This record gives sequence, structure tokens and C-alpha cells, in this order.
Amino acid sequence: MSDSPTGTSSPTALSTYAIGLGDDALILAQRLGEWITYAPQIEEDVALGNIALDLLGQARTLLSYAGKVEGAGRDEDDLAFLRDERAFRNVWLVEIPNGDFAVTMARQLLFSAYQCELYAGLEDSVDPTLAGLAAKAVKEVYYHRDHATQWVRRLGDGTDESHARMQAALDRAWPYVDELFDTDDAAAALPGVAVDPASLRPAWTAYVEKALAEATLTRPEPTWRSRGGRTGYHSENLGHLLPEMQALHRAHPGATW
Amino acid sequence: MSTGWPLWEVFVRARRGLAHQHVGSLHAPDAEMALRNARDVYTRRGEGVSLWVVASADIAASSPDEKDPFFEPAMDKAYRHPTFYDVPEGVAHL
Repeated sequence: MSDSPTGTSSPTALSTYAIGLGDDALILAQRLGEWITYAPQIEEDVALGNIALDLLGQARTLLSYAGKVEGAGRDEDDLAFLRDERAFRNVWLVEIPNGDFAVTMARQLLFSAYQCELYAGLEDSVDPTLAGLAAKAVKEVYYHRDHATQWVRRLGDGTDESHARMQAALDRAWPYVDELFDTDDAAAALPGVAVDPASLRPAWTAYVEKALAEATLTRPEPTWRSRGGRTGYHSENLGHLLPEMQALHRAHPGATW
Repeated sequence: MSTGWPLWEVFVRARRGLAHQHVGSLHAPDAEMALRNARDVYTRRGEGVSLWVVASADIAASSPDEKDPFFEPAMDKAYRHPTFYDVPEGVAHL
């Protein structure tokens, strides 16, 4: 960050909203990138890399736009690489560790199903940048959701071992679901521009429950739930992810290639 | 690394009106996943509008050992090539 804008401009609800959605995409892209060369099959390696790159593209658009709206001179790199943990506004679901392949697919199913409804709603936003991004991204995330659905079904309805691990993965990811639909102050301040997260839940539930039924999986009943990602509170996982993601940019500010 | 997944042959149609062309192969647990893998591996740069996948095991192939009986007899039969006709003037695209 060449000229620190912190405190010189109070971020508007719009930039805050865009940062939240951008951070979701950015952090999940980073997590999926961790699979590269470790996926069960080279074809899956490519698939996960594709999904990660789609998300990274969405993050770039959203963070660039947030920086522009904020008007404090921060670009996408400043926002991605020079903010600290408490300034990130992603939901907790995207920062949980990859776990085994089943955990990654459970997380992907739950999150992509949410993103599908989110972007489908944002296509009608009166904000042309958000509407334009959503129109492009919705096609990408439908594919992400399909990819995860296919795997969840195969693992859930596979062998005893794969079923047990898929169910355990679902149990692992489910406590982070409620947070996706929590009221968000930034979204609430932007009627017509933002999408009310709570409004996405019925369609999300319909899709995910059908996917779980096809996969012979049971909807978990978690005893706790995450909250607070949109206001900068995070699990310990983000604190481990950020140094790796930001190391290069912080060591070599302004590095390009 | 072998995972025991079967091999699939991938065919891409570049655009409407063209035939599907063989572009390569990949591993996948079943046909549905093979299609999706093919999408990710072979059409990332807008290469196609349609995909086919065929289980490699389902392809009956001529054997290299039978190359001569299969193909050699066609080599010296020049009359099978349409080279003995005069093309009328003005016929395009022939």
C-alpha cells in the first residue's frame, strides 16, 4: 500500500459489501489452490484449478470495484495482500481447511449452492458492475455446484468407506451454513443493489437437500454455528492462510509479472 | 499414479456443422465425470460446442500387426482415386 488510506475515508456500504463477496471468492480460491498437484487424479487437479481461477477472477472484479468505490486509492492487490485478518469479511465456511477430498467437496457444494442463488439474485441489481459480474459468474458457479454435486453423490452413494467419510465431511462443514444467510449490515443498507442473504435460503435448501437425498446422506444437526465473518471475526484458520497468500506481495511490494 | 479409473477417449466438435474430432483421452470413474473432466481438460479455451466421451475399452481397433493386410492392398490401386476426371471450368470447391 503506497499511500496508506486507512482512516482517511470511511468505506461506504457498497465497498464493504463488495469486499465481503470478493473475500469469499478470494479465500476459497486460495484454499482450492492448495490442492494443486495433490488432487486424487490429474483431471481433478485441473478441475479444482479451474474452479479456483473462476473464483479468483470474481474476487479481482469485486475487490477492484470495492477499491474504486471506496475512493481511497486501494487497488485489488492492496485489498487482497495488505489487509490483516480483522479486515477480511469472508464467511467462515471458505476458510476451513481442505481436509480430505470429501471435506473439500462438501464445502464446495454448500458454498457454490449459495453463490448460485446469490449471483442469480445480483443479476437484477441496479448496480451495473455487480449485475454484470453476476451475469458472467453465475454460469461459472453453476458448474462449480454441479462438479461438487457429482462428487458428493458418488462418494455418498459409493462404498461404506466413502459414504462414512462423505457424511463426516458434511458434518464438518455444516456448522458454517447458517452464517451464509445471516443479515449483513452492508447488504441491508443497499436495497436494490445488494441481495438480502436470508432471501437465498429457501432455494439453497431445496437444491442441497435434493443433492443430499440423491447421495443417501443425512442432513447434519450441528450443536454450534459460526458467525461474524462479515464483521471481521474469523476462525483461527484465516490467520494461517493469510501469511501464505500474502507473503510474496509483502516481501516484494508491487511485484508484477 | 494409477487410480484404477477407466480411460475415456474425448471428441470435441469445434463448432456447428463440423464433425467431432478426437482430441485425446483422460481418466474418470464414469461417463458423467468423464464429460466434466473433458470440459475442464480440453475446452478451457473455447475449443468446442459439443463433447463426446467414449470408454476406450469399447473401441475396437485394428492391430498394428495387421497393418499390411489391412492397408497395403490399397496402395497400388491408383484407379480408386478420383484423379481421372477433368474438372469442368468454373466448378469451385472441388
